[in-house]
Amino acid sequence: MSVVDGKEPSVKELRIIGFLCNWCSYGGADTAGVSRFSQPTDLRIIRVPCSGRVTPLFVVKALMSGADGVLVSGCHPRDCHYSEGNLYARRRLEVLKRFLPTLGIEPERFEYIWVSASEGERWQTSVTAFTERIHALGPSPAVKVNRYDARLVAGGL
Amino acid sequence: MRIGVFVCHCGTNIAGTVDCAAVAAAAQQFPEVVLAVDTPYACSEPGQRAIIEAIEQKGLNGVVVASCTPRMHEATFRRTVERAGLNRYMFEMANIREHVSWVGRDKKLNTFKATDLVRIAVEKLRYNRPLTAKSFAVNKRVLVIGAGVAGIQAALDCADGGLETIVVERTSTVGGKMAKLDKTFPTVDCSVCVLGPKMVDLAQHRKIKLYAMSEIADLSGYVGNFEVSIRRKATYVDWNKCTGCGLCADKCPSRKAPDHFNELVGRTTAISIPFPQAIPKKASIDASSCLHFLKDRCGVCAKVCPVEAIDFEQQDEVVKESVGAVVVATGFDLLDIRRFGQYGGGRFPDVVTSLQYERMLSASGPTGGHLKCPSDGREPKSVVFISCVGSRDRSMDRAICSGFCCMYTAKQAILTKSHVPDCETHVFYMDIRAPGKGYDEFIRRAQEEYRTNYVRGRVSSVYPKNGRLAVRGADTLLGTQTEVMADLVVLAVGAGAAEGSRDLAEKLRISYDAYGFFMESHPKLKPVETNTAGVFLAGACQGPKDIPASVAMGSAAAGKVMALFSKERLESDPQVAQVNAVRCVGCLKCLRTCPFGAIQEVQARDGSTKAQVIESVCQGCGVCTVTCTDRAIELQHFTDNQLLAEVNYLCRSWMEKSPA
Repeated sequence: MSVVDGKEPSVKELRIIGFLCNWCSYGGADTAGVSRFSQPTDLRIIRVPCSGRVTPLFVVKALMSGADGVLVSGCHPRDCHYSEGNLYARRRLEVLKRFLPTLGIEPERFEYIWVSASEGERWQTSVTAFTERIHALGPSPAVKVNRYDARLVAGGL
Repeated sequence: MRIGVFVCHCGTNIAGTVDCAAVAAAAQQFPEVVLAVDTPYACSEPGQRAIIEAIEQKGLNGVVVASCTPRMHEATFRRTVERAGLNRYMFEMANIREHVSWVGRDKKLNTFKATDLVRIAVEKLRYNRPLTAKSFAVNKRVLVIGAGVAGIQAALDCADGGLETIVVERTSTVGGKMAKLDKTFPTVDCSVCVLGPKMVDLAQHRKIKLYAMSEIADLSGYVGNFEVSIRRKATYVDWNKCTGCGLCADKCPSRKAPDHFNELVGRTTAISIPFPQAIPKKASIDASSCLHFLKDRCGVCAKVCPVEAIDFEQQDEVVKESVGAVVVATGFDLLDIRRFGQYGGGRFPDVVTSLQYERMLSASGPTGGHLKCPSDGREPKSVVFISCVGSRDRSMDRAICSGFCCMYTAKQAILTKSHVPDCETHVFYMDIRAPGKGYDEFIRRAQEEYRTNYVRGRVSSVYPKNGRLAVRGADTLLGTQTEVMADLVVLAVGAGAAEGSRDLAEKLRISYDAYGFFMESHPKLKPVETNTAGVFLAGACQGPKDIPASVAMGSAAAGKVMALFSKERLESDPQVAQVNAVRCVGCLKCLRTCPFGAIQEVQARDGSTKAQVIESVCQGCGVCTVTCTDRAIELQHFTDNQLLAEVNYLCRSWMEKSPA
């Protein structure tokens, strides 16, 4: 429910969670903001120091608990603030992507991208494309079937 | 916990598209929030005072400010809460400007999103713990990489400030691009005459240690305590003995070596000293042209050298230095002229780069300062300058303006007239950019006093015609096509990142932009800093710059280094990884994945192996936290619990709202 007037927001939003590295992608999203590149509002950004800090289980947990989409964004490979954190991220997240169907999660609900701090326009296009993709997929079925499992995952973490 | 939430309007920047009062009202209902208010400008002096007063009066022990990006004001507000007696890490920011009000159009959705972002900041803050910085000693020595005019200025300023300074230069002489210039704009004074004294100062300063013909092999450590490995490349001449007499170069029979100092205009000897004012004035051998290395004979230089300095067995040598700060001043390189085939670049000998032309104008250059066409040595009677070659050209993926080309083109047009008074000069330009002091007047001089024909338009092709070159292009002011005959065509080739700058950036752990220029920490407010603490930028390595700007930036970087070194000890960032020894099973996966070597193996009291974080080395990326299968190593301030609290809330709010 909207906090403004107690009514539902005018457009049905889906719940998309973004994990952005502080140095490149978070800065890229800032650059997009500074340049007033308008974007869909569904995405909620969680700031992490490095894409290498993103535990694949965060993504799994989010998707099993009802997130409709999860986007991870880091510095371009070979351009990591921590020199190689995003290379670890790339390996882990690629494996995760292939593993998602095994968990019964549509792999299209998860994406990882590279956006540098100067690429405001690229951030805008990426967010718009990803949000559109999630809207095409519709709300996640996970929330119905996985409520119980989600709690288990929560307990496991 | 007692949390206070402050929702900033930022004038209308946020309040224009977010209902800040509604966000504050919603935040009042969040767990452990005892105060939630909106405020016109949280970062202003009264805004900060209101936060301090709230902390004191309401007994807050955690603060959330919802305003701009934390990359802008996190440090400001951390200091604010610290002034009120809180630990600076008991603070979180919600970015409702760059990520909400500036990118979303629907006020309701924006308000909804802003509320969510405040909520996840609160959720994270509930798991925050006070963190305390540790202090460490600073090694007050500075490393300057690159000895062009920016690097020389930075090194001299640091050394004059009393700092021990190490200068590493890749070529055999300091001076960089400026030493290659004949004259400088807008004063048309001799470039090397201005620079020469500074080069000598650099060589003679007792606080400066110069490594020429050297490169950075590796850099490790952190601000205040870097360890640098410098590779001293083999010159096959013992520089401790070489007196720079030049006898070897006079007698060297291999006279076809590429002359890099003269931008490959003309040839030099296999053993050579690049130019008369070279510092250090030492000979070095180009092994790819030397008969000794190619055919295992000759050795004339070794015979004639009066001090027996020639050493064909010399090898690269790696030396180590410890420094506390690094100034990067590696400059730029011109793009490869062969990329510009449409202008005849690399195809016709009489099409040269501006820097080659500069050498041709110089009295110490390969032609002795006489203008000659490279093809047949005749004196040119018409010179055409083409500006914006590889600059502001989207078809080449280079949208940037190289900045200084308009000015040096005018200078070269003027110099052409003083070398050959009856020579025609034509400049094809897109726009003239001359914003510096005395710059526009200089352009006018070139046009009016020196009768340079400025043609506004792009050149489409350069082709040979009757033994000369025809330059065909548009004249957009007349709205016609035009063709000009030239004996010599000078391309104002765009400035690109210096060769090898990407490799260097990776060694220094700094970032670079799409063109390879190093990224400053903030485009407006931190133009000299990088995102790696203790590494500063000077000169054209950050983007094309003319001499005054490079010198100013060299001094600015030196000022930054001295400010850094004015403290005896530095504080380390406490947002580092920490090992829970009870959980650690000693698999040491973290040790192998850490990009910084910040984890060491230790023996616990019971003899078992444990990992331990070296706090001053850890940079806080959190790669280890993800690697650890036992959740024994946690990155402080970004723990699993903190990040999961954010994820949990976002999913829970969805589940509550969902119709299921």
